[in-house]
Amino acid sequence: MTQLSRTAIVFATSATLALGACSRNAPDDLPPPPVGTDTTDTGPTAPTGPAPGSRADFLAQAASDTIFFETDSHDIDPEDRAILDSQAAWLVANPSVRVTIEGHCDERGTREYNLALGERRANAAANYLAARGVDASRMTVISYGKERPVALGSDAASWAQNRRAVTVVPIG
Amino acid sequence: MAVPIPIFSAMCRLTLGLCLAMFGATAIAQDEGGSGPIEGDVVGGISNPTAIAIPDMPTPRAVGTPAGNTADLGRQVARVIEDDLRNSGFFNPVERQFLRDVDMPQVTAPDYSAWNQVGAQNLVQGYVQAGSNGRLTVGCYLYDVFAQAPLERAGYEVDYADWRRAAHRCADMVYARLTGEGAYFDSRIVYVAESGPKDNRVRRIAVMDTDGANHRFLTNGQSIVLTPRFAPDGRTITYMSYLNDEPRVYIYDVETGRQRLLVDAPYMTFAPRYSPDSRYVVFSMAVNGNSDIYRVAVSGGRPIRLTNTPGIDTSASYSPDGRRIVFESDRSGGQQLYVMNADGSNQRRISFGGGRYATPEWSPRGNLIAFTRLGGGFRIGVMRPDGSGERILTNSWQDEGPSWAPNGRVIHFFRTPRGNTLPSLWSVDVTGRMIRRLPTPVGASDPSWSPLRN
Repeated sequence: MTQLSRTAIVFATSATLALGACSRNAPDDLPPPPVGTDTTDTGPTAPTGPAPGSRADFLAQAASDTIFFETDSHDIDPEDRAILDSQAAWLVANPSVRVTIEGHCDERGTREYNLALGERRANAAANYLAARGVDASRMTVISYGKERPVALGSDAASWAQNRRAVTVVPIG
Repeated sequence: MAVPIPIFSAMCRLTLGLCLAMFGATAIAQDEGGSGPIEGDVVGGISNPTAIAIPDMPTPRAVGTPAGNTADLGRQVARVIEDDLRNSGFFNPVERQFLRDVDMPQVTAPDYSAWNQVGAQNLVQGYVQAGSNGRLTVGCYLYDVFAQAPLERAGYEVDYADWRRAAHRCADMVYARLTGEGAYFDSRIVYVAESGPKDNRVRRIAVMDTDGANHRFLTNGQSIVLTPRFAPDGRTITYMSYLNDEPRVYIYDVETGRQRLLVDAPYMTFAPRYSPDSRYVVFSMAVNGNSDIYRVAVSGGRPIRLTNTPGIDTSASYSPDGRRIVFESDRSGGQQLYVMNADGSNQRRISFGGGRYATPEWSPRGNLIAFTRLGGGFRIGVMRPDGSGERILTNSWQDEGPSWAPNGRVIHFFRTPRGNTLPSLWSVDVTGRMIRRLPTPVGASDPSWSPLRN
């Protein structure tokens, strides 16, 4: 049922988002800077930033690399969708980049169940991105269960941070 | 070999029976009353453990061996036996200051009245002898001090490097003879050694003797490794590794130290368990968010799918006759325990209590299933294979992953405290009364007991 409703949402909005993604498309290769120009130029048109297609570029352009889940759930909520939409836009604009989508859980499940739950979460994110035009062959899903938390506490705030799916772009 | 003492046996069984009945009641009360957590490095025990004397073992000739002088070995063997018996919870070894020196003639002709005076009900004597064949012989004699009679005797010949095994086998003989339970000291534990902070944890597969001796690491910590299990024949270990960032089930050959992939599939495989004949492994495979249980030959080949429902089916465990499998599934909403035939047919739910149930492990005796129960923390419990007779054995923040001793009487599990802390290994008796922390060099999780070695 969850699968169905998510798919429905995906179809309903995918067309507009694909268009939005195109309009944000940046050139893949910027021309090299002219040699010997003044680097202290303070003019308004100095596009210094992360290299296109890099992790830094992804982190700068996408709303976030991480979406969060409710307890024992892999549902994608509206906030997650907005984040994944921005990730999809960047991925469509950088079609040569392959990504890994990590699924993670909080510590309140058993180890083996959480491996499966993390895999569900990573797939939920990947399926959404695929529906937004990201070729599935560019995405690898991996579950870390509860083995790689980012927050170390045993409290509600820490658990909320650890129930996540992270889209990881290679550093290079 | 064994000298039957009918009156003694009857008394022993009666006493144990009373004790067991009492512990059953205690465990149930703990479950219903929701009593406070049992914390701390406590050595539990039955209320009336048997007082037993284990004096140093003499040697007919003190000679040097690769494992040390036989006179020293006689002392060390006695201490290994003493630790085994004390840690079982059934025995209260007589303090060393009250023990007497035993010479060779006394090994077979004990001074009963002297041992009676220090309060010993039973006596373990023996000797250590270097053989001309380059091996060590340990004689092991069990006596009933009250009845002034021998109960059983045995001799163990081992390589010098295996001298501790001779001691464990002597302790096993004593334990089995006096409790009526199966032996378990001469066995090993494979587990996940954990070190470092929670967000950068290093995990290594490690093996050690049941008492923590002969510890060694099997993997180097570069990849995450989880959920090792000893094959019932003791020759291989299966576990999950994140080698090359691909979480998959591997088979590790204990003799050669080589590991190989169990199933070559583009999906995560996890939660491996052996069949009782060591020929098959049941495991879970996650395909696009759906985890099902499969079976494959240990040598590899095409997996056979056993479950086929939307949701997470995992943590499968064979019954000791190999005809049934218990597993957990969230097909009804939350994690619950199910039993099916080994071919996947006749799947039916057996757990119906509040909260969730996970990681079932079928006892090698076949009479009980151990599990993790979730709800206000994780606790270890047991139930019969039809789901009846549930008893919760532990009470802490997170107790997870039960594994049975070869005798089906003791359960190992791992306990994780709150916050950025390391887990540790614990053992609990099926009565829930005898709970004890196992020593490990670093943090530890996912214990799995080897079969009894022969």
